[in-house]
Amino acid sequence: MRHLHKGVSFAIGLAVLGASLAACGGGDSSTGANESGGQIELTIGTFTEFGYESLLPEYERLHPGIKITHHKTGEGGPYHQNLITKLAAGSGLEDVTAVEEGHFSDIVDKGGKFNDLTEIGPKDVTADRWLGWKYDAGKDSDGRLIGYGTDIGPLALCYRKDLLAAANLPSDPAGVKALFASWDSYFAAGQSYVQKTGKPWFDASSQLYNSMINQLDVGYFDRGNNLTIESNPGIKAAWDRVTTAIGQGQSAKLVAFGNEWKTGFAQGAFATTVCPSWMLGVVKEDAGPANAGKWAVTDAFPNGGGNWGGSYLTVPKQSKHPKEAAELAAWLTAPEQQLKAFQAKGNFPSQTQALTSPELLNQTDPYFGDVKTGELYAEQARKVTKAQYKGPGDGQIQENVTSPALQAVEQGKSPADAWQQVVDGANKIAK
Amino acid sequence: MTTSTALEPRQRAPRGEPVRPTLRERIAKWDVKVSPYLYIAPFFVVFAIVGLFPLLYTAYVSLFDWEVGDDHPKFLGLKNYAELLGDGQFWNSVVNTLSIFVLSSGPQVVIAVLLAALLNTRLRGPTGWRVGILLPYAASLVAIGIIFANLFGPNYGLVNSIFESLGLGRVDWQANRFASHLAIATMVNWRWTGYNALIVLAAMQALPKDVLEAAVVDGAGAIRRFVSVTLPMLRPTLIFVVITSTIGGLQIFTEPKLFDAMPGSNNGGSTHQFQTVTLYMYQSGFESFDLGYASAIAWVLFLLIVVIAVLNFLITRRMGRIR
Repeated sequence: MRHLHKGVSFAIGLAVLGASLAACGGGDSSTGANESGGQIELTIGTFTEFGYESLLPEYERLHPGIKITHHKTGEGGPYHQNLITKLAAGSGLEDVTAVEEGHFSDIVDKGGKFNDLTEIGPKDVTADRWLGWKYDAGKDSDGRLIGYGTDIGPLALCYRKDLLAAANLPSDPAGVKALFASWDSYFAAGQSYVQKTGKPWFDASSQLYNSMINQLDVGYFDRGNNLTIESNPGIKAAWDRVTTAIGQGQSAKLVAFGNEWKTGFAQGAFATTVCPSWMLGVVKEDAGPANAGKWAVTDAFPNGGGNWGGSYLTVPKQSKHPKEAAELAAWLTAPEQQLKAFQAKGNFPSQTQALTSPELLNQTDPYFGDVKTGELYAEQARKVTKAQYKGPGDGQIQENVTSPALQAVEQGKSPADAWQQVVDGANKIAK
Repeated sequence: MTTSTALEPRQRAPRGEPVRPTLRERIAKWDVKVSPYLYIAPFFVVFAIVGLFPLLYTAYVSLFDWEVGDDHPKFLGLKNYAELLGDGQFWNSVVNTLSIFVLSSGPQVVIAVLLAALLNTRLRGPTGWRVGILLPYAASLVAIGIIFANLFGPNYGLVNSIFESLGLGRVDWQANRFASHLAIATMVNWRWTGYNALIVLAAMQALPKDVLEAAVVDGAGAIRRFVSVTLPMLRPTLIFVVITSTIGGLQIFTEPKLFDAMPGSNNGGSTHQFQTVTLYMYQSGFESFDLGYASAIAWVLFLLIVVIAVLNFLITRRMGRIR
């Protein structure tokens, strides 16, 4: 530095300061939705796999004035956190924004920030495109349609044929139907399985409990967004049933989707598990090729059917091209397109017409003994009668209150104390 | 500023006339006065933007009922703080944090000093050893978290398998509160002990040799020399190590988050048995979207760290005096 000219060193000082300030101030705030040369640029935000990779170029071909940018996020959790934050910030969301069913409760009371699709969407898109319950669940607290349904996750039950046979329980498709007809028969079978083998019957109590709650007419919230946890007898009944089963040693006490749960599949630590359509892939991956042919899936689910998972396409009010965005969302959620997405990534379509298509009905899965999985899940999807209303905080109660409390019971806490934990936790979230 | 003028050869002012400073002289004067500030300014400017402003803005937000997406947050005054002081889950998280902090920082500093003393002896390939103990620090925190969570898995974890083969009982590392703290503290210790040992080692090597030699002449043994001479002289370094590990230990977040068997959970276990203050703060802010409450937690945590850091400073200073 000594040889540097004083003026030069002064200039460097200024330059360093300027550069550091510029680095702080820099940051582009472009949202992407800009016209360029008469073209309309649309953005679409999805997470994990929607199967839209080949569909979006096709749409661009059909609509020469439209250019689409696809923002894809690997994981659902961060995607939805980002969604809520950008919704709050009032900018940055894509013109077409996907929302998962489990996170829909976080936006259900923020419907004002989304466009009513019956107003801006194409008029030929009507309720009869979708299964009734799927369509209804796309409405906000005020009953405005804010999301077009994409896929669903109808519930079935997966079981280990060999383990059931070893315990002298029926393991053929006809025989298990009686076993899995109701929750009573399911838990009774579990008790005799435990008595005969000394091994657990199901993987994680929260999986069963959540399915039972989803079958209720009213969930954690009524339509007025009032918490029903203490007034709704169905919730406590489900709790009592599951905690009783834990007491009988029916639970493998694994945490769903955790590492040990995955190992449990490979080790054959349990005989049954709740199987939404997308779970087949999870079972295959975690149980591995060594267990091929041992797992079976049945269209008998205790007390009828149910749904777990699936998404919606919304058009936030922040979009600068709501009409064009709604047209894109309507096109993507048409039966033809969702069927292509199903073939690409296995996302089970929610459109009635798609559920009767031969491509779907003829789909089989060799891992599960060549059962016609498409037909099976289409049947399960029709068993769902109505959409349960999910109030704001619904997803959080499931993730942060009931699931941990059930885990606590599995770890030795008394069901009565854990129920108090549920009531306190739910009240805190609903506050 | 035109540097071309400054580069021209200087013209001397005629004798006797009052010297009017040339542009170059004025620049030189400014250079001496202002340049040092310009050089250190980047730090302070960046600090003001990413350090001081968020700190003060957090204090402002903590006075409101501010949910993500609220267009008109309601002013609450100190109500968030009042609620926080009566919140059982918060105090539970404070106890967890302190427990994990004591279980990690305590053994960590002791082992670091002993390790440094060992490394300070004559060893073959000293650089290899020194780099070796720093290796855990270079590993990715998230990778460590995932691996340790697997090691401490209650059903299929390696630690429990070893315990079982040794004839000891299985430990439910997730359910048992103390066991979970121990498992998390192990992660912290594994990562940070080597780093602290190197800092202590550097200080040890900078100690004046003559004092130690004088102790040898006086007939002090190795242990006596270490306790009575080396340790007291390491005091400033130990204060530094203790304070940085206090700050790090009380902000512990990634380890308990990844330790939870429930993927992505911020609950810190089924009954919050290992939820730390930062984890609770994160959950309040980014899962419950209650920014006001989360900001209040952040400030109380800040004050807590200041208090404990000051306490540690006083204790460490005193310990040196007694010796």
